[in-house]
Amino acid sequence: MAKATGLTWTIEDADHMTQAEIYGEVLTQIGLKDKRVVALTADLARSTKIGKFEEKIPERFYNVGIAEANMIAIASGMTEAGLIPVVSTFATFASMRAAEFVRTDLCYQKRPVKIIATHSGTSFGQAGTTHHCTEDLAIMRSFAGMTVIAPADAYETARAVAACIDWPGPVYIRIGRGFEPPMHKSMDFDFEIGKAIRLREGRDLTIIATGVCVLQALEAAERAAQNGVSVRVLDMHTIKPLDEDAVREALLDTRRIITVEDHTVIGGLGDAVADVIARTGKGCAFRKLGYQDCFSMVGYYEDLLHNYGLDADGITDAIAQVLKAEFEQDEDWEDEI
Amino acid sequence: MLDAKERKRLKDKARQLREKIVEVTYTCGGAHIGGAFSQHEILVALYYKAMTVDPKRPDWEDRDRFILSKGHGGIGHAVILGDLGYFDPKLLMDFNKTGSPFGMHLDRLKVPGVDFSTGSLGHGLALGVGAALGARQVGKAWHTYVVLSDGECAEGSVWEAAMAASNFKVSNLTAIIDRNKFSLDGPTETLMRLEPLDKKFEAFGWKALSIDGHDFDQILDAIEEARAEKERPTVIVASTVKGKGVDFMEDKAAWHYAGLDDAMRDKALACIRAGK
Ligand SMILES: Cc1ncc(C[n+]2csc(CCOP(=O)(O)OP(=O)(O)O)c2C)c(N)n1
Repeated sequence: MAKATGLTWTIEDADHMTQAEIYGEVLTQIGLKDKRVVALTADLARSTKIGKFEEKIPERFYNVGIAEANMIAIASGMTEAGLIPVVSTFATFASMRAAEFVRTDLCYQKRPVKIIATHSGTSFGQAGTTHHCTEDLAIMRSFAGMTVIAPADAYETARAVAACIDWPGPVYIRIGRGFEPPMHKSMDFDFEIGKAIRLREGRDLTIIATGVCVLQALEAAERAAQNGVSVRVLDMHTIKPLDEDAVREALLDTRRIITVEDHTVIGGLGDAVADVIARTGKGCAFRKLGYQDCFSMVGYYEDLLHNYGLDADGITDAIAQVLKAEFEQDEDWEDEI
Repeated sequence: MLDAKERKRLKDKARQLREKIVEVTYTCGGAHIGGAFSQHEILVALYYKAMTVDPKRPDWEDRDRFILSKGHGGIGHAVILGDLGYFDPKLLMDFNKTGSPFGMHLDRLKVPGVDFSTGSLGHGLALGVGAALGARQVGKAWHTYVVLSDGECAEGSVWEAAMAASNFKVSNLTAIIDRNKFSLDGPTETLMRLEPLDKKFEAFGWKALSIDGHDFDQILDAIEEARAEKERPTVIVASTVKGKGVDFMEDKAAWHYAGLDDAMRDKALACIRAGK
């Protein structure tokens, strides 16, 4: 991965945060056209970039101070007036501090509040465990009625933000700190909530990745190709509702699957995929890459991804293992799917 | 009142440690320097005068307990712990680097002398109520100190803890609020109004004292008064300046978290040495 991106900035360039900036811009454009959209934050307007909205549309912007649970309930209340609140704070506080408010005030009551949770995974590496968030996909996925999206880069984030406004019910969009390298070249690609993007064709194995790990998966697939291994890469930006067809097709076509996420292996993308595989009753060589039931150490994001095997190097190792793994072959696959 | 020698000792220590915070911020690429400077005299007063602690025995059962509820002030806390000898201060040169024991927010399992891991705002006061109740339950004489930021008082959990502290009459708990008037996105009074902060605590059943949070005499007198109070918890609302000690940082929200280049470091050090 790129070395130490954005970690050496000083006060003069503190506001260059590319990924989040693009989402801030898109949200502002949407807000200028759609008067139903209001934006809220909990003392993180600058850090999350939702402050862009405030600059252009201050009359529809609310900063509630450091009070995340309060913010979620206020947003829920606002929907009663036909508004569509978009709230932004760090993922750790959106998904955990405010968890029960999200479940009870948004999901249970089907309130169209859109959460943009920044600094997810270990993207705020140096801040340590209080600011890492490797549990949110599991938590949010478990709430009935919640839609969960983890875009791969800034462009996908922009598409997700645009798509979530008229999507029914609450939506949780999980992004990084803002320095993640782009995967797409522009905003111009097919994006549909709940539909995986097949970025690369492959016969021998499928990597299903989400968020920042998608770019790493592509790079690992590239390396594998140089060794004659054909790897399919799925960008599973929507964790819920999961594109189960894409998983079943990968299972049928390649019979070897690796999932990669900047998240604990408990309850996130890997488990969602495993659930689909298990229900088919088919044999499959399978590995989940993520944090193995641990709190991450402190450090630069790229080092952490490397250390926990979530970058192209780690995925390359996993590919070698999964290619060697055995699984039970069955004959009648075609009839059953 | 402190005698002149003692006052000078504390002031010199504060100046020397402020320089150290600048050095660590410079080498680690960025830190919560504004809030580290506003809380600074409070922490120096506690660690170098008021608290009963022993750096050689970080787990000593009878020590006073300290909770930095505004966990992002960790850089200032770590510099003090290193100076006191809880660990080799050279380790601080790796602050925030990969594999270092120090993140921006200190982890009690990695840094000797840290009683509670903080960083998520709004936890510390309740942790303090528990620590104080625990001491009373087992008949221990130690006192619990919690340093909060003003912005964090927007969290409902702070007020749940405030209510519990007075309800349970935990007079062995002292809260000190680093009232630097700034949260992250701007001044507290335009963002989420806190005033009258001391009156709010009084209404919750606390004894409230208002002081200048950079004046050692006032800080230590207030702590003494808090220790003498036997009926209710005490809050010290310490009026401070975010970025205190470096003229180009003072009262500027942008210096909440930032890095320093060579020129800025030199300027900051010169400022601190000039005692401005
Ligand atoms: C629960 C929670 N929400 C948000 C944050 C992110 N955050 C870190 S510091 C800060 C505000 C800083 O202002 P203040 O609390 O007044 O601290 P100080 O000015 O003393 O540095 C925020 C919002 C956090 N650490 N914890």
